[in-house]
Amino acid sequence: MLKNFFHKKKRYATIPSERSKKDIPEGLIVKCNKCHKITFAKELEKNYHVCPHCDHHLTVSAPDRVRMVLDDGNFFEYDTDLISTDPLNFEGYINKLEKDMEKTNLNEAVVTGEGTIGGYPVVIGVMDSRFRMGSMGSVVGEKITRAIEKALVKQYPFILFSASGGARMQEGILSLMQMAKTSAALAKLHEKGILFISVLTNPTTGGVSASFASLGDINIAEPNALIGFAGRRIIEQTIRQKLPDDFQTSEFLLKHGQLDMIVHRKDMRKTLIKLIDIHQVKGGM
Amino acid sequence: MASELSFEKPLIELRKKIEELKRFIDTEEIDFSDEIKELEKKAEKLEKEIYSSLTPWNKTQIARHPERPTTLQYIEHIFSDFIELHGDRQYGDDPAIVGGIAKFNGTPVTVIGHQKGRDTKENIRRNFGMPHPEGYRKALRLMYQADKFKRPIICFIDTAGAYPGVEAEERGQSEAIARNLREMASLKVPLICIVTGEGGSGGALALGIGNHIHMLENAIYSVISPEGAAALLWKDASMAEKAANTMKITSEDALEFGIIESIIPEPLGGAHKDIKLQSLEIKMAIEKSLKELQSLNEEQLVEQRYQKFRKIGKFISVL
Repeated sequence: MLKNFFHKKKRYATIPSERSKKDIPEGLIVKCNKCHKITFAKELEKNYHVCPHCDHHLTVSAPDRVRMVLDDGNFFEYDTDLISTDPLNFEGYINKLEKDMEKTNLNEAVVTGEGTIGGYPVVIGVMDSRFRMGSMGSVVGEKITRAIEKALVKQYPFILFSASGGARMQEGILSLMQMAKTSAALAKLHEKGILFISVLTNPTTGGVSASFASLGDINIAEPNALIGFAGRRIIEQTIRQKLPDDFQTSEFLLKHGQLDMIVHRKDMRKTLIKLIDIHQVKGGM
Repeated sequence: MASELSFEKPLIELRKKIEELKRFIDTEEIDFSDEIKELEKKAEKLEKEIYSSLTPWNKTQIARHPERPTTLQYIEHIFSDFIELHGDRQYGDDPAIVGGIAKFNGTPVTVIGHQKGRDTKENIRRNFGMPHPEGYRKALRLMYQADKFKRPIICFIDTAGAYPGVEAEERGQSEAIARNLREMASLKVPLICIVTGEGGSGGALALGIGNHIHMLENAIYSVISPEGAAALLWKDASMAEKAANTMKITSEDALEFGIIESIIPEPLGGAHKDIKLQSLEIKMAIEKSLKELQSLNEEQLVEQRYQKFRKIGKFISVL
């Protein structure tokens, strides 16, 4: 015990100087984008990518999220082969897609698949905001729809982690229609009585907020996530007023009756298992 | 004319000249009839030229024309015995969406649509046709009612989009739109949507999950307004024209993408030039859809609607 205490203290004392900072290979330390304090990447990972200084929930990649939520080594990914086209011939779009593919090592802004959580089989989708802001184009819509259809056939609960700026502008009306497509698939799940848990993480806005992300039997948000339909700037321009700081946060939504609960990232897996467990037996009927 | 559009100017000027010439004949007794005939031919040609080569931005301007016929006007011309029904039974009555029951060629139907104002005063009352959550919830209530009494549903879509306001967010406009998308997908009656003017984003889609969707020739349907797209993509709302011309928002685009079943032709110059003729064209499209859809049973209707949206999207497999 005492030894641990000293060990911790020693680590706390060795804040790297400007020079030694340069020597640290990239990716070894992470700066919190809220309190700007530095944490070792390893430590941050152990802490569920939550800043140990200010409790800010940092962006998590989809693969990291899958690892954090599902049982170890128990994930089978769907539809990794689907990639976007450029239906509007939009200047620079293909280039941006290629860059994001390289940056994230993903083919699109959502990872879908099946695995187990607390031993229960589930179908899961996780959006990745590092890829085109997690925006929904044809591929995102298609992958989520296919995942829902899988959950329908297998009768597994469906869990979706949203992290998205909304519909993808560069795919125009086709993006808008993905809202309809995914919601229609959820209608089937709804009718079959299959559980859908929607977890809204930072950010969940626009067309994603106004489709599947709001349609959970249970809607959960991470603390202090940005969640809303219209952009803050557009609202401010429309009403010509400054909006309060907490506008469109998880806490704001909870207060206005739009969420079931806010769950800290470290408690997310536990909470999901509890929820799935309680849905295994349908009210004893 | 206060509501002339910029690209119509050459035509309007030519028409003015012809009028002047005609007046000149009346007073001066000189025969200009050949010249007038010539000019009228020219005007006709110019009119065809202008309206057959409209850019997406020109169409956007026509779709937003202050004299563009609104849902209530179409209802008056297409249906009989319309009774407007109000309120969402939860919060209030949104004047930006109207709905009710009516008869279509004698068949009871439910009609719902966005309602823009016909003048400034009405536009303010109706929030320029931009709904709040209670609007979508009223629409859904009326759709459930239609489902219960087995009435086909006809939706008229014409909105710049959901209203970007504080109260709309507080009352859950995301949830209201999302719920409509899911619930419309499950309705067991024929659902026909007509995009008559602006099909703006989620606010339009919330009335848009139809078995069949038709679009007026000059209507637009887009994921975001051209102004919004310009602000987002180029940080400059004045690039709206470029955005409109880039984003494939016209009825031809929607048809090509497999989103709509048909394009309803408009009178030369736009729907506002002849609302009676326009109403007739819409009525014919509804008749055709209804006939087709009434041959499907409840299960087939739900499945047809599902498959329609299921197919929308463009992507490739790299396997």
